[in-house]
Amino acid sequence: MSEPLLQVGNLAKRFGGIIASDDLSLIVAAGELHAVIGPNGAGKTTLIAQLSGQLTPDAGHIRFAGNDITSLPMHVRSALGLARSFQITSLFLDLSVLDNVALAVQAHAGHSFRFWRDARREPELRDPARAALARVGLSARADLPASALSHGEHRQLELAMALAGNPRLLLLDEPMAGLGPEESARMVEMLHALKRELTILLVEHDMEAVFALADRITVLVYGRVIATGAPADIRANADVRDAYLGEAEVAHG
Amino acid sequence: MTPALNLRTIIIVALVAALLLLPVYSELVGNRFVLTLFTRIVILALAAVSLNLILGYGGMMSFGHAAYLGIGGYAVGMLAHEGILSGFVQWPVALAASALFALVIGALSLRTRGVYFIMITLAFAQMAYYVCAGLARYGGDDGLTIYKRSEFVAPVNLSNKVQFYYVCLALLLAAIYLVWRIVNSRFGMAIQGARSNDTRMRAIGFPTYRYKLVCFVIAGTLCGLAGALLANHTDFVSPATMYWTRSGDLIIMVVLGGMASPFGPLIGAVALLLLEEVLSGITEYWQIILGPLLLLVVLFARGGIDGLLKQLTAKVRS
Repeated sequence: MSEPLLQVGNLAKRFGGIIASDDLSLIVAAGELHAVIGPNGAGKTTLIAQLSGQLTPDAGHIRFAGNDITSLPMHVRSALGLARSFQITSLFLDLSVLDNVALAVQAHAGHSFRFWRDARREPELRDPARAALARVGLSARADLPASALSHGEHRQLELAMALAGNPRLLLLDEPMAGLGPEESARMVEMLHALKRELTILLVEHDMEAVFALADRITVLVYGRVIATGAPADIRANADVRDAYLGEAEVAHG
Repeated sequence: MTPALNLRTIIIVALVAALLLLPVYSELVGNRFVLTLFTRIVILALAAVSLNLILGYGGMMSFGHAAYLGIGGYAVGMLAHEGILSGFVQWPVALAASALFALVIGALSLRTRGVYFIMITLAFAQMAYYVCAGLARYGGDDGLTIYKRSEFVAPVNLSNKVQFYYVCLALLLAAIYLVWRIVNSRFGMAIQGARSNDTRMRAIGFPTYRYKLVCFVIAGTLCGLAGALLANHTDFVSPATMYWTRSGDLIIMVVLGGMASPFGPLIGAVALLLLEEVLSGITEYWQIILGPLLLLVVLFARGGIDGLLKQLTAKVRS
């Protein structure tokens, strides 16, 4: 096999006295859905932020698709095929739903120093955007302002935007956060369909969803990897039980 | 998607028609003052249109936009003072100087956000103000009288007030069209995306800084043109042209007329300057009346006068 799609080696990041990433190593193979779990404050979002380029690690390296991306800016990583969705919904609320996705398409259609043609009438932007909306089931809402959608629909829109650039790796930061049971089930179904086409790194609190979807799971505690393996191994791992699952079950119970 | 014949369209068409016919009215009534007033309104509307590009569409709250009025004006004034009267030299120099100033200010200020951005743009404009006030050769604090307007080839003669008015109006309408094309292009979508959510734009792959900087330079250049016109209009340029209260006036025009609306700045400029004219004729303390009026618009008409027209149109239709 060639090099894995994403390779994180000995990542370290601290904020003052708080260690958010501690000698963190991780491998995501092409085609898998890799979940990262861990109790609150385990450094999951910090990891995503470093992968997407929002934060620069203090030490360690990140390799993606054969490139060292450790210190590349966000937009370059995105151009290489790394897409992320946000834990807190982060959309263009005053633009239309279709505009939101069309911008994601435009981001991958070369530079945007084009000043004259009406971008809202360019089929090479609008058609892929409509296709991405159709994939997440939002076609009927295309012309509404993004602010008019429900929370669950915002999540779907997030996903459509991430898909629009045909990414090689999708970083999903808690896509189920704040969703009702029904919306959650729909999201799991959608991710199930997507995982056959894409490599996905999923950070998620919803254990049911994680164990239903993941090919492999990495468990973080205090910024450190305490276990990596198939869902069954993770479930059986005593350290993980102590550190996390037991506690989570108590919390959920 | 042809624009429907509605209240808002009718009012905008009527406004443009009135502006086109104004010199005829002024001639018939023999009122020269009205032409002078409206030349000024049209020029400041052009400045407001340029500000709307960065403020309304780009979300960049520049509090130093009047600096370009001064720079464009001083470019014309200084060249005229040195005996270079050709508009073919003066105006390109005015535009280039404004573009360069915008490039430097933008490159520095766009690295900051929010209040810091406002303060930096304000600080640079005030710096330009004091630099010009110190130019002893060009009148310093007292300003610089321009004895001859920019010269172009015949039959264009800017000393003819009617001709000059039409030149200003044509440039204003061209600028509105230009800004409208820009904001609907890919570049414009990138700018509006950055206004809406800059972090997200960078996450999906837009180097927003570059786009915002180019937008900032376009707006500055366009305002420099307004500055060249203003200097020709008043036959005079002084540091006061770029004082920060003038930048505030431009912001008020944009907000009053309607941010991110193609004709908003024009509506705002006409409304503000006419109100100023009318109210100052009634009382010396006209600002006491103007202030609350502006407050009402900001509080109750989100999207300014143009936003109000949109709402009314929607109500009429339903």
